[in-house]
Amino acid sequence: MDPRFEHLYEALTKVDGFIYPNEIDLAWSVLIVLYPYITGLVAGAFILASLERVFKVKALKPTYAIALLTSFSFLLVATMPLIFHLGKPLRFFEILTTPHLTSAMAVFGFVYLWYLMVVLLLEIWFDYRHDLVIWSNQGRGMKKWIYKILTLGIKDISTEALSWDQKLGYAVTIIGIPSAFLLHGYVGFIFGSIKANPWWSTTLMPVIFLFSAMVSGIALVMVIFMLVNYIRKEKIDMKCLDTIGKFLLYAIIIDFALEALDQVHRFYVADESFDTIYLLMSGKLYITLIGMQIIVGTVIPLIVLGFMQFYKPKVKIRQWLYFITGILVLVGIFFMRWNVVIGGQLFSKSFNGFTSFKLDLIGAEGFLGAAIWMIVPFLILAFLLWLLPPWKKISEHF
Amino acid sequence: MPIQLRRLLLLFSVFIIIFIVIRHFLVPDSFGEFGHYRGDALDEIASQEVKFMGNQSCVACHDSIGTLLIEGYHDYLQCEVCHGPGYQHNVNPVTYHLLKPMERTDCAKCHSQNKARAEDGIIQQDIDNHHPERKCIECHNPHQP
Repeated sequence: MDPRFEHLYEALTKVDGFIYPNEIDLAWSVLIVLYPYITGLVAGAFILASLERVFKVKALKPTYAIALLTSFSFLLVATMPLIFHLGKPLRFFEILTTPHLTSAMAVFGFVYLWYLMVVLLLEIWFDYRHDLVIWSNQGRGMKKWIYKILTLGIKDISTEALSWDQKLGYAVTIIGIPSAFLLHGYVGFIFGSIKANPWWSTTLMPVIFLFSAMVSGIALVMVIFMLVNYIRKEKIDMKCLDTIGKFLLYAIIIDFALEALDQVHRFYVADESFDTIYLLMSGKLYITLIGMQIIVGTVIPLIVLGFMQFYKPKVKIRQWLYFITGILVLVGIFFMRWNVVIGGQLFSKSFNGFTSFKLDLIGAEGFLGAAIWMIVPFLILAFLLWLLPPWKKISEHF
Repeated sequence: MPIQLRRLLLLFSVFIIIFIVIRHFLVPDSFGEFGHYRGDALDEIASQEVKFMGNQSCVACHDSIGTLLIEGYHDYLQCEVCHGPGYQHNVNPVTYHLLKPMERTDCAKCHSQNKARAEDGIIQQDIDNHHPERKCIECHNPHQP
C-alpha cells in the first residue's frame, strides 16, 4: 500500500457513511468528560453544604464539613484534566496572564479562581478558624505549625470574634450558592453555546448540567459520609442519611424531568439533525445512554429512593441500598457527561455519517491517565480529613 | 472592621500584587502590539525556511513544462500540489528528486466520482470503468490534460 494512504485507510475503518475529514478523530476525549464530571461534583457537594447552612436543613449537619472538604478536594483537581488535555500543558497559565475577554473558555480561569479563593477556601477557613486556634495550641510537631500558619496569626477567639466568623461565613455561603450555579452553569454554557452541534446546542444545557451536578455531588457526599463512618467504626446517623436520600431523590426528579424535556423537545421539533441524532441514540450511544445513564443512573435510583420514602427497610438494608444507589448515580452521571462530550463528536455535521471512539488504556488521554484524576481528589480528601477532622470540631455554626 | 477581614484583605492584596509582578515577567514585551498575540511571532514565522517554493521557482528551470501547464486546464494548479514541497529539490536538484505521481490512484484523488464535489468544477470520472487497463497518463498529459 502507498505509505501516504496508510493512515487514511486505518482512519476510514472507524467511519460509517459520509464524514468530514476533521471529524474522524475526536478532539475531546475522556479528559474532557472528566472535566464537567469533577466540576459538577464540586458544585453539587457545595450545594449540599449550603442546604444545611443557608436553608437550615439541620438533619444534614453531620455532612456539612465533609461536603465542604469534598468540594474543595475535587476543586483542586478540576483543572487538571483540562491542563493535561492541552498540547502544551506548561503554557496553561497564559489563560490567566493574557486573558481573552471575549472567549467563554478563557473566562473559566476566573470563574474557577473566584470559586476557589473567594468561596470555598474562605468558607472552610471561617468554619474552622475557632478549631484551628485551639488545635494550634494543643498539637505538636509539624501539624501544630500547619495549624499555626492556617490561623493566619489570629488567635482571637472571643465571643465577638467568633460571631464575626459566623456572620462572614454565612455571607460567603450566600455568595457561594450563585457562584456554584455559575461554576457549573458555565460548563453547560460552553457546550450549549456551540451552535454548530445540535446535540449540544440547547439553552437547557446549563440548567441540565447544574441539576445533574447537584445529583452527582449529593450522591458523592452520601457515599463519602458512609465510608468515613464505616472506616471510623462509627454508627451512621440514619436521620441524616435519610435526609440526604430525600434530597438526592428530589434532585434526580428535577434532573430527569429537565433531561426528558430536552429529549421530548428534540423528538417533537424533529429538525434536520433529528434523523442522525435518533440513529446516534439508538445506535452508538445505546448502551451508555439508555443503559447506563437512564436505566442504571436514573430509573433504578428513582425507584429505590422513591420506594424508601414510603417504606423504610431495616437500618442495615437501608444503608446498603443508599450506598449502592449512590454509586449507581455517580456512574450514571459520569455516563451523562460521556454521552454529551463523546456523543456530540460521533456524528458528522453533514448529518450523513458517524465516526467511532475507542478509549486507549495508557497515555495522558487514556483510561489510566483519567483514572489518576479520579483517584487524586480522594487522596487529597483523606489528607484534609486527617488535618481538619470534622468529628473533632468544637465550634458549631448556627 | 474585624481582624479576620483585615488579615484576609491583606493576604488577598499580597496575592494580587504577586500576580501582577509575575504577570509582568511572564507576558512577552511584544504582546498586544498588533492583536491578542505576541507581535514578535510574525517576524519569527516570516524568518523560517520556506518549504513550498511556488511555480515561479519551478519554471526557472522547467520552463517548457511551465509553458505547457499555463496553456491547459491545470493552469491554476501549483506544481507542488502533485509533486510535493520543492524546497529540498531547489537546494539539491541533482540528488533530491520530487514525487512523480503516475498511477491511476494519483489522478483519482481529484478526479474520482464524489458526491461531495461540485459537478461543474473538477471533471469527475468513473475510475473503475474508464479504461481500467491503462494508466491515465498514457492518454492524458498531466501537464496539459
